[in-house]
Amino acid sequence: MNTELQPPDRNLASAQVRQIVEAGLARRYRRERRFRAYGLLSVVSGVLFLGFLLATIALNGYSAFRQTKLQLDLDLDPVVLGLGDGADAGVLASADYQAVVKASLGRLFPQVVGRKERRELNALVSASAGYILRDMVVAHPELVGRRITAWLPADDTVDMLFKGRVGRGPDAGGQLNQAQLAWVDELIADGRIALRFNTAFFTNGDSREPEMAGIWGGTKGSFFMLLVTLVLSFPLGVSAAIYLEEFAPRNRWVDFIEVNINNLAAVPSIVFGLLGLAVFINFFGLPRSAPLVGGLVLSLMTLPVIIIASRAALRAVPPSVREAALGIGSSPMQMVFHHVLPLAMPGMLTGAIIGMARALGESAPLLMVGMVAFIVDVPSTPLDPATVLPVQIYLWADSPERAFAERTSAAILVLLGFLLVMNMAAVWLRSRFERHW
Amino acid sequence: MASRISTTMDAAAFVAPAGGGEPGTVGDIHASDPVITVRGGNVHYGETHALKNVSLDIGRNEVVALIGPSGCGKSTFIRCLNRMNDTIEGARVTGEFRLDGQDIYAPEMDVVMLRTRVGMVFQKPNPFAKSIYENVAYGPRIHGLARSRSELDDIVYGSLRRAGLLDEVKDRLDRPGTGLSGGQQQRLCIARAIAVNPEVILMDEPCSALDPIATARIEDLIDELSQNYAIAIVTHSMQQAARVSRRVAYFHLGMLVEVGATDKIFTNPSHRLTEDYVTGRFG
Ligand SMILES: Nc1ncnc2c1ncn2[C@@H]1O[C@H](COP(=O)(O)OP(=O)(O)O)[C@@H](O)[C@H]1O
Ligand SMILES: [Mg+2]
Repeated sequence: MNTELQPPDRNLASAQVRQIVEAGLARRYRRERRFRAYGLLSVVSGVLFLGFLLATIALNGYSAFRQTKLQLDLDLDPVVLGLGDGADAGVLASADYQAVVKASLGRLFPQVVGRKERRELNALVSASAGYILRDMVVAHPELVGRRITAWLPADDTVDMLFKGRVGRGPDAGGQLNQAQLAWVDELIADGRIALRFNTAFFTNGDSREPEMAGIWGGTKGSFFMLLVTLVLSFPLGVSAAIYLEEFAPRNRWVDFIEVNINNLAAVPSIVFGLLGLAVFINFFGLPRSAPLVGGLVLSLMTLPVIIIASRAALRAVPPSVREAALGIGSSPMQMVFHHVLPLAMPGMLTGAIIGMARALGESAPLLMVGMVAFIVDVPSTPLDPATVLPVQIYLWADSPERAFAERTSAAILVLLGFLLVMNMAAVWLRSRFERHW
Repeated sequence: MASRISTTMDAAAFVAPAGGGEPGTVGDIHASDPVITVRGGNVHYGETHALKNVSLDIGRNEVVALIGPSGCGKSTFIRCLNRMNDTIEGARVTGEFRLDGQDIYAPEMDVVMLRTRVGMVFQKPNPFAKSIYENVAYGPRIHGLARSRSELDDIVYGSLRRAGLLDEVKDRLDRPGTGLSGGQQQRLCIARAIAVNPEVILMDEPCSALDPIATARIEDLIDELSQNYAIAIVTHSMQQAARVSRRVAYFHLGMLVEVGATDKIFTNPSHRLTEDYVTGRFG
């Protein structure tokens, strides 16, 4: 028997190798397929949830962008308005326009005479109709004495009925009685009720009357607040990041500060609200409900986010850039401002926008500084009392009127739109200014 | 060349050098008209002793090639000469480093000033993310070397011409420097370095990321530049060292083993380690 070790048959060996690999291959591919399936599944379920959420909000909210209006023939009779002869602007502004509206309804339904019935009839028109008419007449005083035809907002109860959000009886959520329903039917038959674009929703502040409530107050409040936040937290955050990343010595103090900044980013936002209440309002005596204070509070919240993002952006700048700058004799400051910062800027801006987007969606800390108040006037400076979009949504979601439900969803859509725009801006910035080195 | 270092062999060879005397540098470390003088230079990176008692002169208008296996301290050595090691945390430099007789590490030596006098070209071309013009103009601008736009233009065009790049880029000076080819980028970096008219140019493997044609162009350029500047070039290519340098310094494990005229080092090295390295027995 030949005991000498034969060199392995190379062909056989490689055939074996092929066999073994082949046997394993199927398993490897199976594994990969399974992993992909899991991944796909999670993506699909995520997208489904998101789609469901968005669809629900959109379905609930889209109808708020249109408002039910009544076509009325209005007799701008100086007598009914309570005007004497030579009427000036001041008198015009304080005249009784609701009376004109009531008279016009009375002409449409002459058979309605009782006090109670008349009141029920008048309730079909929004209480704001008189104000709208007033604004119209003050802008065009020549209308006095003429008969005009105008579309004025219907009451929210009519609005809900006409949009099909509620049924006709009290069991179906309807709040109109039989007589009112009959009048509405008659108006519909006459073509005097229609859906029109809801301008008021975009131009008005908050209101007790759903048909008069709008998001402009909240939008402007949010804008002022974000402005304050941006102006404070971006320069501060970027400077802090530059100092910590580029100039600070490595020692225990700096480590301590770093740890605290990271912790600050994880503090629940309501804590910042409490801090803001104690410091800015109670100690410094700044006004309540002002976007300035809201912006200060949110700056505290956004600052760590911006610092962390900016430091990451600075760290991502390759050392070769620094070496190049130092090698030619830049001072550390010139190196940072001429070379490192321009490359880090897109990352910093992205971080800032994401921080801003978070601040835009924040409501809890703002409740603490009084931005939850019911404020009708649209703010014109950051010191005026105001509310912000998320708080406006919260307030409406809390209101009993059925018509506020669709406005809540519509306001959420608007807020999501703003957030989408901001995030797209972040993506755009990143791709636009991302340089290759 | 891959770095396959057999440490046991090296250590043994080093303890007992060719002549059997004390460990130290073989050959003449002096230059006739030195612009850089280093005596007993040591660098520690934390615990690592990366440069051990190195003494070497670099003469005016002289190209010195620094060769040796990876990790032997060549980069560490030249980075001492413009204090680039200052930026490395935990780096500690001791010994005597002089530029024109001035102590490089003296407190009164200004680093910014030092680095305008000792320029550097890095291994990976690293032009600024700015236009070609701005890349070259940057140094003169921050140092205030040009009083007018036309003076600055002169500096930029002159530097690009001396770097052999002007003809290739003169009609796209406003395009980003990062858009050039690797070899062009490296020549741009050289133009950037010479725009501030340094006394010494340090080059750390300037051709290792380049193709042979771009390498040949840089080597020609080094040859030309050596008429005006002292150049210390780190290279992994013996051919390159042979082509461009007048003297060669061989480093090994942080020590400067041998210094000598280029042809002597490559044809008749005195130290066994040098011989092993240049004959390709390790490296
Ligand atoms: N920044 C650093 N921190 C710690 N050790 C370093 C650093 N840079 C280099 N070293 C070490 O110093 C030694 C010499 O490195 P280097 O000078 O880069 O070698 P070479 O350029 O000759 O390849 C190596 O052992 C390396 O690991
Ligand atoms: Mg090196």
